Amino acid sequence: MGSWIAFSSILGKDIRTYYAKPPNISWGIVFPLAWSVMFFVKSSTPVDVRTLLPGLVVLSVLFGTTSMLAVTITFERRRRSFERLLLAPMSLTSLMLAKTSGAILFGVFNAFVPVVLARLLIVLPGVNWIIFLLGVLLLAMASTFLGLLVAVSVSEVFEAQTFSNFFRFPMIFLSGMFLPVQDLPHWLRPVSSLLPPTYGVDLIRQAVTGQSRLNWILNATVLSLMVGLLLAVSIRQVKRRWIM
Amino acid sequence: MIEVQGLTKLYGSFPAVRGIAFHVARGEIFGLLGPNGAGKTSTISMLIGLSRISAGAVRIAGYDATREMPRIQRDIGVVPDESNLYDELEGLENLCFSGALYGMTRKRREQRAAELLDQFGLQAVGSKPFKTYSKGMKRKLTIAAALMHEPSILFLDEPTSGIDVASARQIRQNLKDMNERGTTIFLTTHYIEEAGRLCDRIALMVEGRIVRIGTPDELMSACQREHIIEITTAGPLAGVAGELAKVFSHVRVRVTGESTLRLQTDHASGVGPFVVWLHERGVPVVEATLIRPTLEDAFVALTSVDLAEMKRERERNS
Repeated sequence: MGSWIAFSSILGKDIRTYYAKPPNISWGIVFPLAWSVMFFVKSSTPVDVRTLLPGLVVLSVLFGTTSMLAVTITFERRRRSFERLLLAPMSLTSLMLAKTSGAILFGVFNAFVPVVLARLLIVLPGVNWIIFLLGVLLLAMASTFLGLLVAVSVSEVFEAQTFSNFFRFPMIFLSGMFLPVQDLPHWLRPVSSLLPPTYGVDLIRQAVTGQSRLNWILNATVLSLMVGLLLAVSIRQVKRRWIM
Repeated sequence: MIEVQGLTKLYGSFPAVRGIAFHVARGEIFGLLGPNGAGKTSTISMLIGLSRISAGAVRIAGYDATREMPRIQRDIGVVPDESNLYDELEGLENLCFSGALYGMTRKRREQRAAELLDQFGLQAVGSKPFKTYSKGMKRKLTIAAALMHEPSILFLDEPTSGIDVASARQIRQNLKDMNERGTTIFLTTHYIEEAGRLCDRIALMVEGRIVRIGTPDELMSACQREHIIEITTAGPLAGVAGELAKVFSHVRVRVTGESTLRLQTDHASGVGPFVVWLHERGVPVVEATLIRPTLEDAFVALTSVDLAEMKRERERNS
């Protein structure tokens, strides 16, 4: 009960003070919204909209989860308010999950921005919403923990912003959001296979279009392993760098 | 309540804390006094679990700090050397959030937050954002936040550093009140006066080592080489000083003013015989004071620290 009160208070405070604030809304929602409008306006057929939707969903999740998290954690660390959390009688894993849940929820919420827009343009029958939600949730967790890893590996807010963009923008092109992975040069494909969004796009594409490169179970399994690995490495970094 | 044995902190190969040992009894106010860089913050960080222990053993409230820190953290409150609450939250919200981290229910934390705002004289600003607070108010609210879950041990790192005199005074009074209600207090400070006024016992720390532990009286006595009595009389002392020196041959007499003199002895001596002797010669004594070394004298004598440099550091910090 005590741990749940602490967990929900950290989550509630972060949503109120960070995720519902204009800078996050502008980056997290307006940016993917602009991309969605841009692509959908150009798409003349329902087939195009359905093909574009998975990439736009992944883009929305990626920016929704990472735009605020890396900066806020670095900022709280610099301001030393993060020390208050480290002193609370809860496990480091619970603490990091509480600290990242706001970003995960915001990422899931963002995933529906392009879905709502697409629904305004076309009817979306035959979407497997269970696989879609599974894909969105796993991808939101993976990209949040990627943001967390950046946050706990740097010291300054500007470094967090720089590193976030360093991995976010190449992912747009390398993970099959808009360019199929099989169309990438051979030497880039291994890089693609290391990126969580590659599996997220494929999983969501399976849910929306019924077609995918890999089986959805395999995609979900790889993404789950990446979630666990990224969280474990981030926690190790906190122990190594912050509790010296 | 706190048992420390051979505590060591290494940053790479640099030893910030070098095998220190001390204990703090339940209900005590214990102070670590030393200049900047003495190892005070490194020590407190290890005790509260924000820094790994390189070597040695620490037990707090009966629990091993290397293995049972989450259990210890339930019993302790921590006030860092900088106020680190959330700027964007109101005072009351900051307190309630601190209480929630320790699993307090909403009703209990609202009740406790109101009590603490009242105790620290911050009721009027409880609904204002923390960022609008003065430095002294921020410090008080940070201490209040550490007390939300009613810890049995309170750790404070430089509690009054860089704040105004009135706020520092109120904080010291609050700490004394808390201590009277049973809270054990461990604090670090580089303010000698603060350590002297607040602490039951003080550990003098220099370059990662504790050079002496004792009550303020014990520390002052430890550096007392001679005993000095200052006597002020109603009339002039001319003529009697020399005779006094002859009668009390074990006393060195030094006239320091027209009606004041200092008597120095190697051993403790009562003032009675001198007062009576002077009175019989028609020189009534107005005041007789035993001059003792100050804590500052003791600190300098026991640590060989350059006090002027320490004061400059303190001014820089302020």
